[in-house]
Amino acid sequence: MNWLSGFFGDPANWSGPDGIPARLLEHLEFSAAAFLIAALIAVPLGMLVGHTGRGALLVVVSANAARALPTLGLLVLVVLLIGVGTVLPVLVPLVVLAVPPILVNTYEGVRGVDPDLRDAAYGMGLRGRQVLLRTSVPVALPLILLGLRLAAIQVVATATVAAFVGLGGLGRFIIDGLATKEYPSVIGGAVLVAALALAVQFAFTAIDRIAVSPGVRARPGRDTEIAR
Amino acid sequence: MNGEPIVRWDWVARNWANGSPSAISALLGGHVVMAFLPVVLGLAVALPLGLACVRWPRLYQPTAALMNVTYSLPSLVLFSIFLSVTGLTQATVVIPLTFFALAVLIPAVVDGLTSVPEHVRQSAVAMGFRPVRRLLLVELPVAVPVVLAGLRVATVSSISLVSLGALIGQGGLGNLFIDGWQRQFPTPIVVGISLVLLLAVASDGVLVLAQRLLTPWSRARRSA
Amino acid sequence: MITFEGVTKRYRDGTVAVDDLDLEVPTGAITVFVGPSGCGKTTSLRMINRMLDPTSGRITLDGRDVREIDPPTLRRGMGYVIQQAGLFPHRKIVDNVATVPYLLGWDRKRARARAMELLERVGLDPKLAGRYPFQLSGGQQQRVGVARALAADPPVLLMDEPFSAVDPVVRTSLQDELLRLQAELRKTIVFVTHDIDEAIKLGDTVAVLRVGGRLAQVAGPATLLAEPADEFVRGFLGRDRGIRRLSFISAKEVRLGPVPPDLVLDEDGRPLGWRSGGGLAPYGTFDPETDSLRAALDAALLAPNGMAIAVDGEGRARGVAGRDALDELFAAYAGGASGPRADGDAERADA
Repeated sequence: MNWLSGFFGDPANWSGPDGIPARLLEHLEFSAAAFLIAALIAVPLGMLVGHTGRGALLVVVSANAARALPTLGLLVLVVLLIGVGTVLPVLVPLVVLAVPPILVNTYEGVRGVDPDLRDAAYGMGLRGRQVLLRTSVPVALPLILLGLRLAAIQVVATATVAAFVGLGGLGRFIIDGLATKEYPSVIGGAVLVAALALAVQFAFTAIDRIAVSPGVRARPGRDTEIAR
Repeated sequence: MNGEPIVRWDWVARNWANGSPSAISALLGGHVVMAFLPVVLGLAVALPLGLACVRWPRLYQPTAALMNVTYSLPSLVLFSIFLSVTGLTQATVVIPLTFFALAVLIPAVVDGLTSVPEHVRQSAVAMGFRPVRRLLLVELPVAVPVVLAGLRVATVSSISLVSLGALIGQGGLGNLFIDGWQRQFPTPIVVGISLVLLLAVASDGVLVLAQRLLTPWSRARRSA
Repeated sequence: MITFEGVTKRYRDGTVAVDDLDLEVPTGAITVFVGPSGCGKTTSLRMINRMLDPTSGRITLDGRDVREIDPPTLRRGMGYVIQQAGLFPHRKIVDNVATVPYLLGWDRKRARARAMELLERVGLDPKLAGRYPFQLSGGQQQRVGVARALAADPPVLLMDEPFSAVDPVVRTSLQDELLRLQAELRKTIVFVTHDIDEAIKLGDTVAVLRVGGRLAQVAGPATLLAEPADEFVRGFLGRDRGIRRLSFISAKEVRLGPVPPDLVLDEDGRPLGWRSGGGLAPYGTFDPETDSLRAALDAALLAPNGMAIAVDGEGRARGVAGRDALDELFAAYAGGASGPRADGDAERADA
């Protein structure tokens, strides 16, 4: 606890380009960028594959393989190959990290929609796109949001490694602290990242409350979730 | 980097098993231990804990909340915290990864055990199964596919996450990334990524095979 | 009018679901497709709104080949009700009912007003409008399904085993409700069921299909009971065909005798019971104007003396009929002879 008050109580840690606000902002910037890119790729792809059933095996297999790619390795490789200077090197591994959970959950959610429901929707004269957007997606929304949440948390947590190749973000406190054996800085940075991840968790709980129809949320079988 | 090949095979050959602790084979061995130990430990804890959550449903809400929090803690954060407790040992990587495995496995066990259809459970009761036999002969077998799906996610994530341990000096194949970075030399990085990927794909394949053998009545419907 | 002309549906695995079906579905009446599972009844229904397309042959709607019509447009003009109702779980009841009006571009207010009107029409409390489907019982959900199908006032209604998943009591009330609605609305209804009793109760025309998708017989329910075309149809109809057929014959022609003195009446002339020893014995009544011969027979069987009491709309005794009087009519309509059809839906409800 002394360490924490030492870290957070030091006014030098609250200003300038090395201060907590600046680092937090950097961290949020490339986390948000990576998350948005991943969502833009994975949500439409997951919806399309779940809706049409085409390419499902390919998507699931490659998503599982992508899950195994080590972020740190990818990060240093991309930096070595294209050089530092932009945030691009950190975006690549983070997007690779975020795509699988979004893709798999969106796909499973849309694919898992009760076939009777889709049948009724088609039978009433909805077109394919309307069936997807007005029926399947609202019903699959809890799973889609779960995928987005898992991805966002992993991105925020893992963006710390950017500091390893000299980029900013909250990881600087941890990685610099480890290098110089300044443990208050390591622990302080760790607490900040954890707090940010929890904030993301709560934000998604709130989004879930607002965006998911009570008719879908209250249905049985929604109590347990498996992180994937 | 100009003119430099992405992989220099002579480096790989020289460093595969040269007897030093930084030989590729030694790093691979360490990686395997640090990746699988958390999953095995996690399963050993998750099974009884999951059973308890099913038996006493009131336990589940707080457990699930705790697991959600654990899951959102960055692994590097946990590594750093445990570094001050367990120092530069494999335990510093294994303990946090065990928590991650738990965060995935407990919901999987609970989900699996509760996925037994009510009519199946009822007819088992009606045929005179006592609770323990019912658990062993009916509920656990039905839960296997769901638990294995969770196990696949936990294993693959664990294999990938170990490499982050390199930042605190215990990362198995992750050390190759640091090495390559420090020397601005891509070969160890590519070798490291490839071996992590191979390890993950092989483990996943074994688990899929295990699922086929253990539950011939279900074809892996859940693709984790 | 919907016409099937030589319609065959062969699935990719080679199974023939529907085999060379020729059939006319008359406008403004209920046509029931009935048969065991695998007889192609649902496939036939789904080809009408192009959820499936035939392998060969054609289906016309008022003379126009449905293949010429864009499927969503075609479907918006046909109500569609399925077994599990298929309500959208994420939408309130009122918005579920208003689905097709919204699709057709009605403004929100008009669509919702129409939905509320229909909820009432199918016998649902308007308070349910703001609920979500999971908050309703199976029978209520099915009523919402019917309301949703009727929302845009389509001339055609396709119903695929709509009442199969609810308990028998609820099923009976849903069937009665459908007949009551149909008496007002006169839609062209195609109704699929595997339950022959439901088919006979609801159908103006019943098409019996056999496994392999071949038509076994098309007829009105009374004719079907009297003259099953072959062994398959006879077996499918089951027992008690003779008695069940009486439901389709009006009791109007029953020869009535005068009210005998041993029938005790109240001051308005309503029966209280048959004098018997020191007390009253049980009795049964029927209304010759609205009831069927089956009701008359039932009334006769209830009384120990075998006399059915004919009553008027107010329940006042008008006369009695002994078994001899009923026998005359049984003889007249034995076999295939068709009598005057019992009118109104009340008798059909006890078929």
